[in-house]
Amino acid sequence: MAAIEIDHVTKMYRRHGHSRRYATLKSALLTGSLAKDLRPEESFRALNDVSVTIRKGASYGVIGRNGSGKSTLLKLVAGITKPTTGAVRVDGRVSALIELGAGFHPEISGRENVFINGIMLGLSRREITRRFDEIVEFAEMEAFIDAPVKTYSSGMYMRLGFAVAINVDPDILLVDEVLAVGDEGFSLKCLDKFAEFKRRGKTILLVTHGLSMVERFCDEALWIEAGENRVVGDPKRVVQMYLSDVELAEDLLLATQDAKAQQTPVSAAPEPVVTEPVTPAPEPNDVPEQEPGRVSESETDAADDDAQPDNMFVAKEGRWGSGGVRIDQVTLEGDHGPAHVFHTGERMTIRMHVSAPVEVDDFAFGISIFSNDGVCCYGTNTHIEEMTSESLEGDATVSFVIDRLDLVGGTYKLDVAAHKRDGFSYDYHRLLYTFRVKSRTKDVGIYRPRHEWSFSDNVRFKPDTDDSAPTGSVSAPAVDPAPATTAPSPPAAEDAPTE
Amino acid sequence: MLANLRQLFRYRGLIRTLVARELKARYRGSVLGYFWSFINPLLLLLVFSFVFTYVMPRGEEVDIDPYAVFLFCGLLPWTWFSSSLMDAANALIINGNLIKKIMFPAEILPLVSVISNMVHFLFGLPILIGFLIYNSVPLYPSELIWFPLVLVVQFVLTLGLAMVLSALTVHFRDIKDLLANLLTLWMFASPIIYPMAFLSERAKGLMDLNPFAHLAISYQEIFFYEGPFGHWKWLLALGVAGVALFVLGYWLFDRLRDSFAEEV
Repeated sequence: MAAIEIDHVTKMYRRHGHSRRYATLKSALLTGSLAKDLRPEESFRALNDVSVTIRKGASYGVIGRNGSGKSTLLKLVAGITKPTTGAVRVDGRVSALIELGAGFHPEISGRENVFINGIMLGLSRREITRRFDEIVEFAEMEAFIDAPVKTYSSGMYMRLGFAVAINVDPDILLVDEVLAVGDEGFSLKCLDKFAEFKRRGKTILLVTHGLSMVERFCDEALWIEAGENRVVGDPKRVVQMYLSDVELAEDLLLATQDAKAQQTPVSAAPEPVVTEPVTPAPEPNDVPEQEPGRVSESETDAADDDAQPDNMFVAKEGRWGSGGVRIDQVTLEGDHGPAHVFHTGERMTIRMHVSAPVEVDDFAFGISIFSNDGVCCYGTNTHIEEMTSESLEGDATVSFVIDRLDLVGGTYKLDVAAHKRDGFSYDYHRLLYTFRVKSRTKDVGIYRPRHEWSFSDNVRFKPDTDDSAPTGSVSAPAVDPAPATTAPSPPAAEDAPTE
Repeated sequence: MLANLRQLFRYRGLIRTLVARELKARYRGSVLGYFWSFINPLLLLLVFSFVFTYVMPRGEEVDIDPYAVFLFCGLLPWTWFSSSLMDAANALIINGNLIKKIMFPAEILPLVSVISNMVHFLFGLPILIGFLIYNSVPLYPSELIWFPLVLVVQFVLTLGLAMVLSALTVHFRDIKDLLANLLTLWMFASPIIYPMAFLSERAKGLMDLNPFAHLAISYQEIFFYEGPFGHWKWLLALGVAGVALFVLGYWLFDRLRDSFAEEV
């Protein structure tokens, strides 16, 4: 038996062009366009032919990026807006935790507001009287219930709103990202309340960015993307698919950022030797090519000195050097080709396409990895590693293969350089490349050594049922590069899609 | 329409609560509290009496005595009328988060504006009665029985206008500003501060087109002037017009209803 049936629903919002936005009563009357102005002309499809059936007693999670149509879906189910085409059928009393404390009047007391809010949500006065103590207790507001609502902190406001809404005793509970309210303790209480609803066979429709909650709590999940339902099914599977998609998008974003970062400082890049100007290294994926001409115009020899920082440990982006050897392009590659997002323990290859217009015999290549706050995590070059250069001419490829990228999760920046053995720069790219390391383990620091825990027999841990529990070997799942097959550890996923 | 009205009836608990909220919130935090409902019209009356007795004395030909009582008869219902319309024009926008986040019939909001202002009007009545007794203006039961009808006619008429205004203001925010000035003009175009006798024949003909004029005259005849209530034909006609306006207003409101949650 279906509690909610969403049947080929399309929802259009009208989007106002400039002409419409400034249309006023005056112009409407003058041009007689009143009737026309009240009709949509330009529209935006918030939901496009979405069909979902939610059976009674199910907990259903809806995930998706900001603006994908999740809240619109919830509003349709709540009956606040109507679908443009299609139908929404809801069987049972609905309570929507969409806007907590909607209708609270700031000037009057919490007590009176509980009554007003409750009546708005469909309770009768008698029902509220009966549940009043329970509501106040749940909200932990005993001391302040008679103070005007305007004196409440935002947390108190939300808690009271939540307490009223949850006490409406609905058959169907709609939740829109409200667990962000309140402190840890209150959030746990809310979760308990949801679990209680679930036990009592109520239907819950949950819109959230807390993916771990969807994995843990929901029976089924729906991923909405740009107003269309992308995947429906087992929460774990849907969340994993969503996460890898988010990573893909992140990758694209980093690639674009890289391209931008290189464009700015490159104006100071040197080019005395070669006739052709240095092009900022474009990222391989799909970054539009920068105009090559821009680079050489403004540069002078003086620019070299400006670009080179006095202190090499100051993390400031830039590019400088004589140009005797040029690094034309830098790509980061994972196991599956070019990438910007890696998982801890994955293989990473830094590939530099270099060229030397004239043969050189004194050269060295170097790389360093910086954390986002400017700490050098690792740096090396061929000279330090006692490779003696002999000759380089024309186009060449230099690859630096990191077998296991054992960095903890975070964003990192990369230096690459070609220089003489004594340090004189041919082409130094300072912090121009960005990559991100993802990890489902919330360990801290910079470096994750391969490690294993072992215990004597009298130290026992619970069996590994709730994926997040500590296990005998933390390193084992972390090694795995593909997240889809990794045992998920919920907390780590929490902040993933917010980027 | 009928289904809508029935639904409205089901929501009477909410309407009552919202009206109470409106009344409570208005004077919350002030020292005199509810007394402002009495004091406000009294102060307004003082201002007008002062202006038209000392600043701009009335000519001999429109000598009405006591002027303050006459003024009060028109001013009190006018305040109800104009405040209701101003509140209603803002109602949907101010309560936007209700319309956007909770499912409930939006027409409750203009209705609440009209009702809560009516309550203020009713609070003002004892002062009017007090004034009448103090100035020993005789009251006749045969006239007073018309009062509920005037009340109903004004209510329906105001509600109809309130529906139209609240729905249109969502789409055209200019209405708010326009309305304030329009209402001032409307007040001076109604026989509130001056009696009908003050007007030329032509102006009287025009005045017949002003719905509020008939309400003001009705109140004045009931409370102020002696003699039988002679304006009932106009009042009934106005009642019919009011119902028609209400139906039209509700229809318009219903048409635009779905756009509220998106436009507010």
